[in-house]
Amino acid sequence: MCGIVGLLVKKPELREQLGELMLPMLVGMTERGPDSAGMAVFTSPVADDRRKLSLYSGAGEFDWPAFESAACETLGTETVLSVQANHGVLETAAPVAASRQWIRARYPGLHILSAGQCIDLYKDVGAPAEVARRYDFRALQGTHLVGHTRMATESAVTPDRAHPFTAGEDWCLVHNGSLSNPYQIRRKLEPLGIDFETDNDTEAACRYFEWRMREGDDLETAVRSGFEELDGFYTFLMGTRDELALVRDAFACKPAIVAESDDYVAISSEFRSLAQLPDIRNARIFEPVPEEIYVWRA
Amino acid sequence: MASLAPTQQAVAEVRTFDLSRQPLRELNQFLHGSLGGTKKVRVLNPNGAHSIAAGVNAPVEIEIDGHAGYYAAGMNQHASVLIRGNAGPGVAEGMTSGRVHVKGFASVSAGAAAHGGLLVIEGDASLRCGISMKGIDIVVGGSVGDFSAFMAQAGRLLVCGDAGDALGDSLYEAVIYVRGKVKSLGADAQEQPMKDEDYRAVAALLADAGLEHDARQFRRVASKRELYHWNADANQEY
Repeated sequence: MCGIVGLLVKKPELREQLGELMLPMLVGMTERGPDSAGMAVFTSPVADDRRKLSLYSGAGEFDWPAFESAACETLGTETVLSVQANHGVLETAAPVAASRQWIRARYPGLHILSAGQCIDLYKDVGAPAEVARRYDFRALQGTHLVGHTRMATESAVTPDRAHPFTAGEDWCLVHNGSLSNPYQIRRKLEPLGIDFETDNDTEAACRYFEWRMREGDDLETAVRSGFEELDGFYTFLMGTRDELALVRDAFACKPAIVAESDDYVAISSEFRSLAQLPDIRNARIFEPVPEEIYVWRA
Repeated sequence: MASLAPTQQAVAEVRTFDLSRQPLRELNQFLHGSLGGTKKVRVLNPNGAHSIAAGVNAPVEIEIDGHAGYYAAGMNQHASVLIRGNAGPGVAEGMTSGRVHVKGFASVSAGAAAHGGLLVIEGDASLRCGISMKGIDIVVGGSVGDFSAFMAQAGRLLVCGDAGDALGDSLYEAVIYVRGKVKSLGADAQEQPMKDEDYRAVAALLADAGLEHDARQFRRVASKRELYHWNADANQEY
């Protein structure tokens, strides 16, 4: 069991409240996923020639100021870092591949959670309310977000196995369910030069879809090809820089519910985590049907 | 104190539980107790909580004012439960008697494995509606999802809208009445001619559910009974 939550605000003035609106949704999914939580938030993009990377330093002490100096030296003087607890966002003009390579070589203990122009990503072990407090989810601002509360079944409870998973740039995926052929997907992708960071089944789906889109599929075609390639149970919620997308497998064993109003589109595993949203009584509420791909644009 | 008696009488007959202020357990423990003459229980702000009014065994009227989560009115006996909203997975699962009425839609496995009583869903029901039903009557005002009435053993499923894939797969003796399109029938399910008793049954179910349709628009789906006997020549293809 796991919980998924997604929120997309339709009015620019609501972007400041994105985190505040979402927080009861995430905490409401604690029973479905008490061991870890994560959140990808999509903000307005950084400048065309810049990228940002969300970084996680783990449980021990980490010398962020020294890291920032080293980053400026290597990746360019216009590199900036903002830090929250054991999480940092590095913004730089250096290409993502160069940043990744440098961080991996020089700081192998530092985990790169996401990269892109819009995405910020936080994930950690602990109860959802605790993780939300640690990274001040209430203050998150942006157009849309993708969140998850985890009850681990397919791999260990560690921060890097928490959701959302990311691949490429400005792409993330959360999963409620379990895949039975993640190693088959891995064996297909690894010879193509696609590296995996964990043994988690969801990472296989995340990298598979990202690979399909890099090969030219649009989001819907990529997800549709998953009906053939991915074996297992799933409700997937996915985020791109300007979209939220939702899909359930043919058997729809894993729940999902959507509430849509003039102000927002809110998605959750269960209604109980939508109940606190403003004006929920007048929102259009529906249960997404299996194998239909729902896409909302920010 | 004597002047308070009529008020106390009124309070005792209708009890209200506000789940935004009271724990669900308080409601369910009350419903599982002697009820002390209470005829009706109102549940405010259900907000998708699980197992609301599950396991009730008394002829009490229960009104849930909003959306219910998993297993609402599960294992119901005798109670009449009205959900003024949508129901989550497994509404009225395992019911043996009484009535559960959902004004909105119901998620998966509505009325699963239920032995008796009447389940009315005014909106759509999701996948596996009436899976393994064992005597319940289910009336769906909208459409039902795939695998509905899978391995249904007894009782009746009436669908005013359409049915998804594999309707009535591996049916035993339950009977399905459907008004709209059927995407596909499951193994061993077949459309059969409507007889007078079928029209009467449909009319009675519609009347019980408070839905207005012409019984003549419904078709009957029931078991071919071929799966009752092992057929080695079928080569596992049915």
